[in-house]
Amino acid sequence: MDITELTVHEQQEKLKNKEITVNEILKAYLDRINDKEKDVQAFVTILEEDAKNKAKEIQQKIDNGEEKNSLAGIPIGIKDNICTEGIKTTCSSKMLENFISPYDATVMEKLKEQNIINLGKLNMDEFAMGGSTEHSYFKVTKNPWNLNKVPGGSSGGSAAAVAANLVPWALGSDTGGSIRQPASFCGVVGLKPTYGLVSRYGLVAFASSLDQIGPITKDVKDSAILLNIIAGKDPKDATSVDKEKKDYVKALKNNVKGLRIGVPKEFFKEGINEEVKQALEEAIEKYKELGAKVEEFSLDIAKYSLATYYIIACAEASSNLGRFDGIRYTYRTNEFKDLKDLYKKTRSEGFGKEVKRRIILGTYVLSSGYYDAYYKKAQKVRTLVMNEFNKAFEKYDVILTPTSPTVAFDIGSKTNNPLEMYLADICTVSVNIAGLPGISIPCKVDKEGMPIGMQLIGNKFSEETILNAAYTYEQSIKFREKYKPTFKK
Amino acid sequence: MKVSKEEIMHIANLASLTLQENEVEEYLKNLQEIIDFADIVNKANVDDLDITIGANEAKNVFRKDEIINFKNTESLLQNAPSKEKNMFKIPKIIN
Repeated sequence: MDITELTVHEQQEKLKNKEITVNEILKAYLDRINDKEKDVQAFVTILEEDAKNKAKEIQQKIDNGEEKNSLAGIPIGIKDNICTEGIKTTCSSKMLENFISPYDATVMEKLKEQNIINLGKLNMDEFAMGGSTEHSYFKVTKNPWNLNKVPGGSSGGSAAAVAANLVPWALGSDTGGSIRQPASFCGVVGLKPTYGLVSRYGLVAFASSLDQIGPITKDVKDSAILLNIIAGKDPKDATSVDKEKKDYVKALKNNVKGLRIGVPKEFFKEGINEEVKQALEEAIEKYKELGAKVEEFSLDIAKYSLATYYIIACAEASSNLGRFDGIRYTYRTNEFKDLKDLYKKTRSEGFGKEVKRRIILGTYVLSSGYYDAYYKKAQKVRTLVMNEFNKAFEKYDVILTPTSPTVAFDIGSKTNNPLEMYLADICTVSVNIAGLPGISIPCKVDKEGMPIGMQLIGNKFSEETILNAAYTYEQSIKFREKYKPTFKK
Repeated sequence: MKVSKEEIMHIANLASLTLQENEVEEYLKNLQEIIDFADIVNKANVDDLDITIGANEAKNVFRKDEIINFKNTESLLQNAPSKEKNMFKIPKIIN
């Protein structure tokens, strides 16, 4: 048995039955990392010694019958923009290369309460800006299904690590698709929760009105388990919402009879790859077979959403990233004339090209003369997008779209064309604009063996509905039994 | 809207960024392309709509104003690019 092939709930079961130990689980992952990390390049920091010590401690507790958490000793990988006390949190940026967080993000505290072991920090596009993980200061993560392709982004390290069995599951963050799109490219499950369901405290802010932390997992049940742990109101994040605690695993009923699924026809038009379209059409047929009521409808918001997204996200980023000034966060330029010179040199040296591009765009749309034409307009379009979704959810429980118009593209093929890279987010951004939950699950692979993902969007706080819809489909097609990453070069 | 070279230099300065002479053209081209694309928001029919600031309904969130002292000063100071005793050291700002 290869432990790293197992899902978390399978490992949990085997731990319970004493078929495997925590130390064996950790050793299996460390061996796997030793074997595959050189090809995949998913980690910024690997916490080998730390993890070994914790595993020993937890195994002892289990042996003494003192450990009450059934997930204790399961490892996890964490996107490197989630703060971890005493461990580097770099955001894959030169600016934070040596930054060690003085505190834990709320999600990290919650994982620690369960005695889940942090195995390492995962690579990403710098400050979560990008869709390919090529904008990391440290390294380019490769797609385990084909090492010449990108893993998607910005949570590319998280998705690639889960797909390559380097970690059993991971946390990512999603501002415009950064969990769902890499999950789609890497053939795994990625969930972006409703805005406010998970605390953002300790997530290095990119665009505060859009950011959410969420799970990247092998299957839907693991996604529900991880969401159970991280969801909940946090006094340290005023935008987190006080809702009754739910058990998302219980929502997985393997039944979609009568479920109303809306398919927005605009999401299947120009720019959508033929094979992606075909795979989604098959998925729609599958849902019909399973008893769902599927209907095509019009939701003509994709292009407005994308433009609105880049205006709002960059505006918020230009403000959020103002704090990186060479005073408090490790990096400072060597030589400077005065304070302004220190700021300018530190920021020009510390930020990469894509980050600067977005800061410039954000500053532009907020500057006098353009504020009304772009930023204020975008905020109004945001209302329009929300209204359109509200109308759709009067008729449907779930909205079904591709996660991305294409499968994973070649490394280097879009780095010189930022706008083209941005267009890859066209199916996912509207979900963040409206603050909705969305999940990406794999459907099948294309002729070249690259995974194709489907996105299911739900109304606010209807994670139970989309998780069950995803689960039911997953159980009927069994993607993981049919396809595996090949690490081909 | 056409963005000029002077404008992008002005914007970069506002954002505390220095653009090298050889970078200006590239950033200008990128910004122009993205702005042209983003102009689609001006074609949306939104005259009667209010703006949305956050993803959730805008209402005040109150909590008790309790002081929780963060005691681990060391861990904060280890991130200081320059420090003296228990302080972040910054260049002289008043002449």
